[in-house]
Amino acid sequence: MHDPHVILKVISKFLVPFIALFAFYVQFHGDFGPGGGFQAGVILAAAVILYALIFGLDAAKKAFPPSWVRVGMSLGVLLYGGTGVLTWILGGDFLSYGVLAHDPAHGQHYGIIAVELGILCSVTNVMIAIFYAFGSRQPEVDEDNW
Amino acid sequence: MIISTLSAVILDSNIGWAGLLQVSLSCITIALGLFFVLAGSIGVLRFPDFYTRLHAAGMTDTLGAELILIGLIIQSGFTQTSLKLLMIGFFLLLTSPTATHAIAHSAYTANLKPKLGKHSFSKTRGGRS
Repeated sequence: MHDPHVILKVISKFLVPFIALFAFYVQFHGDFGPGGGFQAGVILAAAVILYALIFGLDAAKKAFPPSWVRVGMSLGVLLYGGTGVLTWILGGDFLSYGVLAHDPAHGQHYGIIAVELGILCSVTNVMIAIFYAFGSRQPEVDEDNW
Repeated sequence: MIISTLSAVILDSNIGWAGLLQVSLSCITIALGLFFVLAGSIGVLRFPDFYTRLHAAGMTDTLGAELILIGLIIQSGFTQTSLKLLMIGFFLLLTSPTATHAIAHSAYTANLKPKLGKHSFSKTRGGRS
């Protein structure tokens, strides 16, 4: 059977892992240069969305199930807020990372990494959730009745 | 005379012949790339229909961007920046023709006919050569 999208499928199958890898590069480069959780999350979601656009929504839902999306969205917020509550418990203000380690500079480093991970998790899953919600919408008007 | 002037400049400054070669080679490559980008822009503006415009945009976008990136790689030398630029060039070389292919394929599937002039095959086959 002749597949008209074979070039797109081959190229995007090659590119999707590199897009995900670049998302993590942006994520962990956020302390030193441009980048951070939000941008990395959007890039990571773009990898899944590219996969869904090329191979279909069902294949993407098999690879990245909607149940993961629901858990991930709330897990990211929990990680962000949990870091703040942890600094409360350790005796500082909300999200004052200095108390997280013995040396305040190290504590700020750990706090930033934890918060950025929370943002990455939340943003990725929210972007994928928006795409799934739009993608799996049923047409209100039948194709014949336009 | 030019050579003697140049060598005097080089002896005064602190760049050697290798540095001069590097800078001039990168300048030539970037200028070539800019020429192709300019040609592509003029082609997009001046060509008559969708497919020829896509040809101008797609071909020269790949070649122009690649040449500019190669010039920047030469200019930055053997560094980490150069490796990053090389990877950008590699992925651009893959994705740019793919995007052009996708656009052209969707236009063809949507039954967009190319604009044919009076010297096209279908007209000249029956009439005069």
